[in-house]
Amino acid sequence: MARRRKKPERNRRPAEIRRSKSPGEKRRNPVSAYLLRHLQNFLGTLGRLCRHPVSSFLTISVIGIALALPAALHVIVENGRAVVGGWESVADLSVYLDKKATADQADEVAGDLAARDDVLSVEVIYADEALAQFRELSGFGDAIEGLSDNPLPHLVIVRPPPDLAPERIEALGTEIGARPDVDVVQMDTEWVSRFQGLLDIVRRGVTLAALVLAIGVIIIVGNTIRLDIENRRDEIEVSKLIGASDVFIRRPFLYSGFWYGLGGGAIALVLVFGGLWLLAGPVQRVAALYGSEFRLSGLDSRAVVVVLGGGAALGWLGSWFASTRHLRQIEPGHDL
Amino acid sequence: MIRFEHVFKRYPGSHEALSDLSLHIEAGEMSFLTGHSGAGKSTMLKLIALIERPTRGQVIVNGQNTARVSRRRIPAYRRRIGMVFQDHKLLHDRTVFDNVALPLMVAGIGHREAGRRVRAALDQVGLLGKEKQPPVQLSTGEQQRVGIARAVVSKPDILIADEPTGNLDPDLSLEIMQLFERFNEVGVTIVIASHDHRLVERLGARRLNLDHGRLDDTAGSAAAR
Repeated sequence: MARRRKKPERNRRPAEIRRSKSPGEKRRNPVSAYLLRHLQNFLGTLGRLCRHPVSSFLTISVIGIALALPAALHVIVENGRAVVGGWESVADLSVYLDKKATADQADEVAGDLAARDDVLSVEVIYADEALAQFRELSGFGDAIEGLSDNPLPHLVIVRPPPDLAPERIEALGTEIGARPDVDVVQMDTEWVSRFQGLLDIVRRGVTLAALVLAIGVIIIVGNTIRLDIENRRDEIEVSKLIGASDVFIRRPFLYSGFWYGLGGGAIALVLVFGGLWLLAGPVQRVAALYGSEFRLSGLDSRAVVVVLGGGAALGWLGSWFASTRHLRQIEPGHDL
Repeated sequence: MIRFEHVFKRYPGSHEALSDLSLHIEAGEMSFLTGHSGAGKSTMLKLIALIERPTRGQVIVNGQNTARVSRRRIPAYRRRIGMVFQDHKLLHDRTVFDNVALPLMVAGIGHREAGRRVRAALDQVGLLGKEKQPPVQLSTGEQQRVGIARAVVSKPDILIADEPTGNLDPDLSLEIMQLFERFNEVGVTIVIASHDHRLVERLGARRLNLDHGRLDDTAGSAAAR
């Protein structure tokens, strides 16, 4: 009977609560509620990763190493390019003018050639300059003093655009060589072909490595998220039972993947810049021995953005694959 | 509110859990599903919650034929049904408050409104002072009350409970059942599966006795209408 006595008093509250369901039900503006939920997930998943620092760090490190490899290759290629002095000079044509040509004629030839579409730039080395330089560098100064006149012709160095095909460079050389004021055109199209072939291989190699390692990152993140989903199976089941949509349940996993990828990108940058820092001293010493001012260059800001953004995108993608696949498989009710 | 029409349910490689079951539960009614284990009580609740689908026949809930609810629409459908489980199914890495708030988060209800409703629901089950504790620090009876608060916090039209007192002693069981009665008094349709015949009889609500997947009219229950 105690029950009956209590009833009127307790009854009031449920009635009150149910009443508020009808017209004036307050809901937040849908857009801000949506953004708020994303922000909650954004920070919530970061907090979750921080609560498991060791396992999170291991996952992020593996991703970081995978991302560091293509980034490091990129740095090596870029520095190699700087060491060689730019790829462009390889394809240069040396145009030796006729011995009888004057300096003015040399300027004229250079002007004609510079106007062409298939010529990037020209440089004129006058015969006097060339002789002076030769005297200085060759060590045959005295012998040269004995010459009555300059045996060297004027030289025009023609640089074609870097992406010009070897056949077209060859055609360009032949055409220039046909001019009456030109004696000889020196070029090494075979070397250009080889060099461009090599460059192609290196570039493709970097792309291929980046591709393979990107797939690796997707798999690493996917597997981590799969385990995460397994560990939180109960929570997912309960959420499904109380009416959580797949999108709702997937969201935190996507953000976890994002953080894994972004963290991996940051680790990759640390590895690359750390490596550069360690190598900078020795490289500079060797460069100094060769009388060069060469310094290792790192990743530019664009490359930094690519590493971080690419990492985050790959993490998101890996998480998307894993969560879409595995969340479907969890259906509640077998033990209801 | 809940209508079963010639419903058959057969699990793969198993017996027939429900066999030509027809019944109607009115809106605002409180009814108990009784019967031996394996009689089909849980299956019936699973069909209502769309955890399972019937092999044959139709289940109509709140005027909606469940056969027409696509997989993608199931979450929205379930949000209108509160569920209470024998093992509570609480999340132990969160506080009582967060557990009860979960259905509101899922439904995208703002923080302030959710906080208000969660406290109201906890007040109804008499646990207002324990909202910051994790569920493990609560007794079994209290945990079940958290489960009930979570089931009612989004104000569903229907509340289903599978053996909600299965792990509780008689006094606590009665207390929990009285809690359900109070929700029923404000208009919630309630279906409770229970094997505790004595308790069910004591409460005097409508009783649907299942026997091998069929409604058993002879058991003295106010059965199919």
